[in-house]
Amino acid sequence: MSYTLAEKILKTHSNVDEISPGQFVEAVIDLIMVHEQLGGRIHLEYKKLGLDTVWDPNKIFFILDHWVPAPTISAAQMHQDCRKFAEEYGFIHNMGMDKGICHQVLPEMGFARPGMLIVGSDSHTTTYGTFNCLSTGIGATDVSVVFATGKLWFKVPESIKINLHGHFEKGTMAKDFILSLIGDISTKGAIYKSLEFHGDGVKNLTIDSRMTITNMVVEAGAKFGIFLPDDRLKEWLAKRTSKQYRNVVPDETAEYQRELIYDLSEITPTVAKPSNPGNIAKVEEVEGTEINQAFLGGCTNGRMEDLRIAAKILEGKKIHPKVRMIVTPASKEIYLQALKEGLLEIFLRANAIVTNSTCGACIGGHLGVLGPNEVCISSTNRNFKGRMGDPTSEVYLASPATVTASAIKGSIRDPRGLI
Amino acid sequence: MDIIKGYAYILEDDISTDDIVPSHTLTMRDSNDMVKHTLEFIDPYFSKNVDKGNIIIAGENFGTGSSREEAVHVFKLLGIKAVVARSFARIYFRNLMNNGIPAISLKWDLNQFVKEDVIEISLLKGIIINKTKNITLNFEKIPKFLMNILESDGVINQLKKIL
Repeated sequence: MSYTLAEKILKTHSNVDEISPGQFVEAVIDLIMVHEQLGGRIHLEYKKLGLDTVWDPNKIFFILDHWVPAPTISAAQMHQDCRKFAEEYGFIHNMGMDKGICHQVLPEMGFARPGMLIVGSDSHTTTYGTFNCLSTGIGATDVSVVFATGKLWFKVPESIKINLHGHFEKGTMAKDFILSLIGDISTKGAIYKSLEFHGDGVKNLTIDSRMTITNMVVEAGAKFGIFLPDDRLKEWLAKRTSKQYRNVVPDETAEYQRELIYDLSEITPTVAKPSNPGNIAKVEEVEGTEINQAFLGGCTNGRMEDLRIAAKILEGKKIHPKVRMIVTPASKEIYLQALKEGLLEIFLRANAIVTNSTCGACIGGHLGVLGPNEVCISSTNRNFKGRMGDPTSEVYLASPATVTASAIKGSIRDPRGLI
Repeated sequence: MDIIKGYAYILEDDISTDDIVPSHTLTMRDSNDMVKHTLEFIDPYFSKNVDKGNIIIAGENFGTGSSREEAVHVFKLLGIKAVVARSFARIYFRNLMNNGIPAISLKWDLNQFVKEDVIEISLLKGIIINKTKNITLNFEKIPKFLMNILESDGVINQLKKIL
């Protein structure tokens, strides 16, 4: 038998001799990530089971990131619920609220490694596929099942092979690629499927870029998005972990439901128009759309590569007086690095607002909530109705370069030519 | 759990978890407080009139978006008996089943169901009958291990029996 990456990793985590798409398996979980959105609710569910312990407190990554620091009393209470849960069951990797956004902090700390099977109480848990592991989101009840048993059922997915060639032209970024892909296959195109990224173009993608891609595969419905291992990954992991790992590569004769080929040099700046991530357009089609807010950051695009390109565009300039620009680094580590490189000063001098690391604005929680009829261009991953605030507000998803170029102009503009 | 009776409530493609439980309700710690906001941007009267629409018949990619299980808890609290969709976002599918609400995949079309049609479903036979229109449609039966979860009214109850 020959296997795809998803089949291989699910097979090594299940007690089965053979594996094929459509099959149900019970798989052993290597790591589970939980944040405050569901933390308190999981505590309530878990209590119903009457257990005093969890299966392995060393395999739980617990973090507060969505509403930090607490903007409301109810959010503060959610945090209290979560702290109580972590203390009661003795979670070892309890990160508190100062580290940053789960999907950035977990890989930064070396918790995502090749060959692992990771689940998390957040749909963008797919992000860790950059690190050659299988990872996906689950709900509160499934988290309780894992906490109790260390296992979870999975339906073995079909895989889609995506061959990448070439490299991005100036002003074009990984966000433009993943938005284009979602546009091509639609928000339903990868439901229950695993997206596998192959090709000689992968070596031209930084780890930051790959994380933007695997972060948003769920917007095409995908269960997993996974990259093959290479030297860039090896180098990255060497700085993050001393733990042993084994790279996983798919068999050459593995079967894919479909194959797609992309030349990255043909990708151009792309946006998702309101109010669905599948509502894709070329940036020139929406150029001139006036904006009230430009948001740069989050787990999709709040990494060094993103902040550097934004600072490069902003250096010596001011954002448009009618626009507020908010910059939210994805983690404290990134915040510190941006501070060291002088990027935060560039943002502040351009009149942008720099916030602590949080999911706040992306989920319409705090630090950048939109009012009625306001328009935002955002580097985040979702633009559903009301996602970032009032239900009449509108969100365009775009790359950090497009967000920054638009912040200067006061309306959506193509970033090419500014870099 | 086999026969489910109720009334159809029709929803389009790509209904997200943000549609079902809007972001502004997410810091409410008790799902009971969220219930009246269910689908409020799509239909402000949904929660009030739910007795006339307690079987959801939806389009593609139902429940797309986040892991927020509150988007299933509010359905459970409102007494939604089943969700039929052309396709489901996978986390939402799991969350429904885990909470004892049947998630039924069915490629239906617009002339087969209208709001408030009288619906009867047999999970064991894999059929859905629109009694108002006198139409019977077949769906792929729910696998045994998922039926067991539904029989227990959710995976937590099932797990309690084993542990």
